[in-house]
Amino acid sequence: MPPLPGHSTGALETRPDAPVEPVVWARDLEKRFGDLVAVDRVGFEITRGECFGFLGPNGAGKTSTMRMIACMSPLGGGTLRVLGMDPVTDGPEIRSRIGLVPQEDTLDLELTVLDNLVIYGRYFDLPRKVIRERAERLLHFAQLWDRRDERVEPLSGGLKRRLTIARALVSEPDLLILDEPTTGLDPQARHLLWDRLYRLKQQGVTLIVTTHYMDEAEQLCDRLVVMDHGRIAASGTPRSLIAQHSTREVLELRFDPDENETMAARLHGLTERIEVLPDRILLYTDDGDHVLHQVEGLGLEARNSLVRRSTLEDVFLRLTGRTLID
Amino acid sequence: MVVDNERQGWAIAQGAHAPPTLRVLRYYAHAYRRLWRSSVTVSFLYPVMYLTAMGLGLGTLINHHVHLVDHVKYLDFIAPGLLAATAMQIATNDSMFPVMAAIKWIRTYFAMLATPLTVDDVLIGHLAWIAVRLTMMATIYLGVMAAFGVVHSLLAIVALPVTVLIGLAFAAPTSAFSATQENERSFILTYRLGLIPLFLFSGTFFPVGQLPGWLQVVAYCTPLYHGVHLGRALVLGQAQLWPLLGDVAYLTVLAVVGTLVARVTYRRRLVV
Repeated sequence: MPPLPGHSTGALETRPDAPVEPVVWARDLEKRFGDLVAVDRVGFEITRGECFGFLGPNGAGKTSTMRMIACMSPLGGGTLRVLGMDPVTDGPEIRSRIGLVPQEDTLDLELTVLDNLVIYGRYFDLPRKVIRERAERLLHFAQLWDRRDERVEPLSGGLKRRLTIARALVSEPDLLILDEPTTGLDPQARHLLWDRLYRLKQQGVTLIVTTHYMDEAEQLCDRLVVMDHGRIAASGTPRSLIAQHSTREVLELRFDPDENETMAARLHGLTERIEVLPDRILLYTDDGDHVLHQVEGLGLEARNSLVRRSTLEDVFLRLTGRTLID
Repeated sequence: MVVDNERQGWAIAQGAHAPPTLRVLRYYAHAYRRLWRSSVTVSFLYPVMYLTAMGLGLGTLINHHVHLVDHVKYLDFIAPGLLAATAMQIATNDSMFPVMAAIKWIRTYFAMLATPLTVDDVLIGHLAWIAVRLTMMATIYLGVMAAFGVVHSLLAIVALPVTVLIGLAFAAPTSAFSATQENERSFILTYRLGLIPLFLFSGTFFPVGQLPGWLQVVAYCTPLYHGVHLGRALVLGQAQLWPLLGDVAYLTVLAVVGTLVARVTYRRRLVV
C-alpha cells in the first residue's frame, strides 16, 4: 500500500522541547437550536496524532460538536481552538487544514470518482498537477483506482464512503474529522474502512471520529468521550473507561421474555450490578464462569447464556441507564 | 510556529492562486461539460424555432393586418423581446432547482463550505456561473438574430452585457428565495404565476400600450418590461439615453439588492 503523501514525513512533528499544543482545545463549548441545548458546555483536548472518539446515541450532540470543530457551524458559546486558531476569525484558514467526512455524503453523483477528487482539490486552490498526483495515490489507498472513471451515483455505500474519505484527504489535512463514517455499511465495508483509518493514524494524521457503534470506538479510538444529552458523561481510553465503569466480564442470560423480572429477583445479590434489558439479563462480574456456575447451582435454567468481556456498551449502560440505539 | 511557517511557505509555493469565486465557477463549468452539447443545441434551436414560428409565421399574418407594430416589422419587434425573456427563463431556472439541489439533494454547497470557501464565495460563484451561461446563450441568440436579419445596429453588441444584467436581475432575488424553501413545490408555482405572466405581458409579443390602463402600470413595474425595452432599443438602434439608463438602473438595483438578500438567506440556511 503506497504511503500517503506528506503524512509519513516528519513535517508535522514539533520540536521535542516545544510544548505540544493540542490540535483541538474546547472549554464550555455550547450549541443551541432555539430551546434545544444540543451541546451543553463541554470541554476536551485532542492531541496531535491520536484518534479521538465522540461516542453517544443519536441526538447526543456529537455532530453539532463536529461541525463546530470543522468551522462549519458558529459557536453557541465557550472557547474553541483548532490547530491553534480561533474558528470565529480564522474559519477558512482552519478549514484549509482539515478534512471533513460528513455524516451524509456530499459527493457529486453525476461526476466520476476521479472528478470528485479533482474538483474538491480545486476548492483548496491546489494546482492541477498536485491534485492529479494525490488523486492517483488516494484512489489506490481507497481501493477505488479501477473505478476512477465511473459515475458516483450507482456506487455502493461503502465505495461512496471511501471516496468521501479519499476526497477529504486530497488537501493533506492535519486533522481528519469523520462523522459516523461507517453508519449504514455492511460488516465487510466497515472493516475495510477501519483498516484505512488505522493506516492514516499510523501515518500521523489526527483523527476525530463520532460513532454510536461501540466496537468501532474500541477498535479505533485512543481516547474518547461518552456524550449524552449534550454533555460529556465520561472520558478516557476505552480500557480505562471499562475498568472504571464496568467489570472485567459480563454474564448474559436469556430467559423467556415474561420471566425476566422474576428471574432478576432470584438472581439478586449474586453480583453487585445486574441490568435487566427487555431481552436479557446482564450480570457484571470479574469471573463470568463462576457466576454462571452459581446460577446453575440455584437451579435456574437460562435458554441461552454467554460470558463475554465488558465493552463500552456496558459503560454506556452504566452511565446513562440506556443502551445505544442504532 | 516553525512548522506553520513552513506549511504556509509550502502552500504559497504549491498554490494555484485562483480567487475563491473562480474555484466555485470552475466546478459548475466542469459539471456542465457533461451537458454542454445539448445545452448549446437548445440555445441554438430555441431562437430558430421561436423566430420562425412567431416572427415569420405569426409575423406575416400580423404584418398583413396591422402592418407595423411600433413602426417596425413584427419579427424585428419580438426578437429582442424573446432574447430578454429567454435570459429571464434561464436565470430563474438555474436559481431554483440547482440551488435546492446544492442545499438539499446533492448538498454541493456543504461540500464547498467544508473547504476554505465561504458562503459569499459559494453565492457569488453560483451567480457568476449564471452570468457565463447567459453570455453563451446571448451570443448564440444574437448570432441567430443576425442570420434572420433582425439586428439593425452595432449597438446590439451592448445587448450582450445587458442580457446578462437582465438575467442577474432575476437570478439574484430568485436564489435568495430558493434558499428559504424546503421543497420544489414553490418553484412550479413561481413558474406558473410568475414567469409565464411576465413572459406574456411584459411587452415581448405586443406593445404594453395595448393593455388596459391599470395593467400597463403593472407591466411597467416588472423587471422583464425594462429588459425587453432595453434590449429592443439596442437591437433596433433606437436607443435614447435617459430612458435606457433608467432601465439599467432598475435592473441593477434588482440584481444588487437580490444579491444582498441572498447573502442573508444563504447564511441563514447554510451556517447553522
